[in-house]
Amino acid sequence: MRKTQISTLMIAGLLAATPVAAQEKPVLTVYTYDSFVSDWGPGPQIETAFEAECGCDLKFVATGDGAALLSRVLLEGAGTEADIVLGLDTSLAAAAAASGLFAPHGQDGTVYDLPVAWTDPLFVPYDWGWFAFVYDKTKSDTVPADFEALAASDLKIVIEDPRSSTPGLGLLLWVKAAYGERAGAIWEGLSDNIVTVTPGWTEAYGLFLEGEADMVLSYTTSPAYHLIAESDDSKAAAAFREGHYLQVEVAAKLAGTDQGALADRFLAFIATDAFQGAIPETNWMYPAITPTSGLPKGFETLIRPDKSLLFPPEEAAALRDAALAEWQTALSR
Amino acid sequence: MADRAQPLSAGLRLGAGAAVLLTLALTLGPLGAVLARAGTFAALGPADWAALRFTVAQATVSAALSLGLAVPVARALARRRFPGRGLLITLLGAPFILPVIVAVMGLLAIFGRSGLVNDGLAALGIGRISIYGFGGVVLAHVFFNLPLAVRLLLQGWLAIPAERFRLAASLGFGPGDIARHLERPMLKALGPGIFVTIFLICLTSFAVALTLGGGPRATTVELAIYQAFRFDFDLGRAAHLASLQLALCAATALVAARFTVPSAFGAGLDRPVARWDAGGAGLRVLDTLLLGAAALFLLAPLAAVFLTGLPRLATLPEPVWRAALRSVLVACGSTAVAMGVSLPLALAIARRGRAGMLEVVGMLPLATSSLVTGTGLFLLLRPLASPGDLALPVTVAVNAAMALPFVLRALIPAARDLEADYGRLAQSLGMRGLSRLWLLTLPRLRRPLGFSAGLTAALSMGDLGVIALFADEDHTTLPLQLYRLMGAYRMADAAGAAVLLLGLSFGLFWMFDRGGRADAGA
Repeated sequence: MRKTQISTLMIAGLLAATPVAAQEKPVLTVYTYDSFVSDWGPGPQIETAFEAECGCDLKFVATGDGAALLSRVLLEGAGTEADIVLGLDTSLAAAAAASGLFAPHGQDGTVYDLPVAWTDPLFVPYDWGWFAFVYDKTKSDTVPADFEALAASDLKIVIEDPRSSTPGLGLLLWVKAAYGERAGAIWEGLSDNIVTVTPGWTEAYGLFLEGEADMVLSYTTSPAYHLIAESDDSKAAAAFREGHYLQVEVAAKLAGTDQGALADRFLAFIATDAFQGAIPETNWMYPAITPTSGLPKGFETLIRPDKSLLFPPEEAAALRDAALAEWQTALSR
Repeated sequence: MADRAQPLSAGLRLGAGAAVLLTLALTLGPLGAVLARAGTFAALGPADWAALRFTVAQATVSAALSLGLAVPVARALARRRFPGRGLLITLLGAPFILPVIVAVMGLLAIFGRSGLVNDGLAALGIGRISIYGFGGVVLAHVFFNLPLAVRLLLQGWLAIPAERFRLAASLGFGPGDIARHLERPMLKALGPGIFVTIFLICLTSFAVALTLGGGPRATTVELAIYQAFRFDFDLGRAAHLASLQLALCAATALVAARFTVPSAFGAGLDRPVARWDAGGAGLRVLDTLLLGAAALFLLAPLAAVFLTGLPRLATLPEPVWRAALRSVLVACGSTAVAMGVSLPLALAIARRGRAGMLEVVGMLPLATSSLVTGTGLFLLLRPLASPGDLALPVTVAVNAAMALPFVLRALIPAARDLEADYGRLAQSLGMRGLSRLWLLTLPRLRRPLGFSAGLTAALSMGDLGVIALFADEDHTTLPLQLYRLMGAYRMADAAGAAVLLLGLSFGLFWMFDRGGRADAGA
């Protein structure tokens, strides 16, 4: 029974994959990162909700991760098919703005529930999170309260490579924002705590869950997944005294779009409950505007740092190369 | 005499030409496109050169160890008969076909900080070992490539005609004499090619080296390319690094060809091989230990992957099954294309006698960075069609090209023997075209053809490769879906998907490989 069901589904799925060019609705093309459009990401819900009100066809195009997204748009240049790019973060924003490919969003009246003031004319935030080291409460008794305590401990951590992943770059900027000139020394202190540096978040988090490290660089919201989806309250994020670096994920309209009105409508849609309500339990981040129904039950258990760190995009871009060199030197010893 | 090139028929010429064109289009073409977009090569920094040194060092050690360890294991498999031998040979091939992230998780379950080995050492009161660093990178590469080396060498052993062993026995040869007169010549014919293949696989290593490398000391060229693309958006530097990789590939392939000595055992009558030399109790114990150790090393991590994921297999979400079906279709497509282009190429290379440019071309796909290939193809194809629509055909073509070097490794030695042993007879009988293909080539090459078809299908199943750059919602493959599950925190479902992937890859491999061995008890 079960077998036939599955094979029927598979055949139906293949048929559905064949393009049908029957209806002539306008198409809004949104480039985004892979996990956004996956069957477990926010993409499917948002697509249904927006298409119900826009009379259009919302087409998500996945391009790999956030950095791949930007390089795809830069490769395509002004000839890109994208009307909207969704999924850049603040450390990529300066390079994106400098390309001149993006147009002002015009959503100036919107008030965001971000820990920092938001006034960027090009980029509309849609979700955000604090980077944090996540650990297993049942395994670690002592939790460091800052980077110096972490460096002094014999806790093992796994982090992401700043050259190939946005959380890795976030950590680099976090240490820089918290310690400035002393960042290099902090990295040297951390070097014997670092088990390994992975190419991306997926490998790092997988290693942590396998028990390869006591802590992993992730987000303060990561424990919410385990709590809500797996009823497992053993994971927690360590609160650091120096503050936590922010990742703000943003969307922007391409200047060369031929669907300007539709693109503006989508940017406005981002601020609505239909979009924001999908974020917490699919992207496992904080929505940029808290939906009227509030955050899902379980989010109240998460730590909320008092201090948020974030470099403005131009400053992040200016600091990046030197911070990377510092990181490489300290960890290559 | 043996070196004299024989004339190529028109059909063979056409087939080999198509193979060369496809390979160049998928290797140099994308690189050229990236370079054209960049305008010029950008200079490399000291970090890039450090990455190159690390990459070459780990690839050399990994390849030498894989080949060195494979020789005794393949010899043991060649001279022993025991129940379950066929299954063991098939199972040993499995690490090679796993997606990197899955294999790494399996390795860590055994060798990681909280893996079985360390738990055992801790229980004995001995200090823990760390897998992370140069040693871990090499360990993982040996884990991936030892099976390939064993299988390719085993082919070589099985290709020594039974009559040589019979003659050896009648001359009273011991194991030492067998090694000198039969095994070493075979190894000289196969070893260099296998070494280069593994060297090149390790040269383009990205996720293994990075995940197990322990930090920025373990930076590979592939990571430097990634950084150039994604972090600096410096296409010129990416193209420069990718060209360096290709140049290294061409150079090593040419050097290896220099050291390759055809074995010239002559033809046999395909009698079952009897090994009178291997009866000693000492050798028996040695072979048993060797096979036990190899099986434990290669199969324990797989067992860990299997046991973790099995409970979730039945409840996998529906999109995973759809992606699985798509992956099987892509794998079959890639296999058909790879076989279609590699057979004429292998025959052409064999008929040429000495190795030359054709063989180098056949190795090029190994040394291409998948990021450069993906980006280059993207630049080339974007003016023609939407990337999403091309996702599956492009994946089929790229997977076929990526498998070509492995297929050639398996086919070329067999095709050379075929040419040396039966070429003149076929010529004198006027066997040409399809009748020669049907009556001589296919039956004689059945075993390596089956093996390499299985390998291509399995590699294609497990490859994440270029699909990530092209796929939209409707064209995901199983490895991509597995990665997406992990990216959505669903590690348990991802483990289930890994078992599905392992099972499907393995099933395809077994089916083709078995097909190639249907006539032989071995």
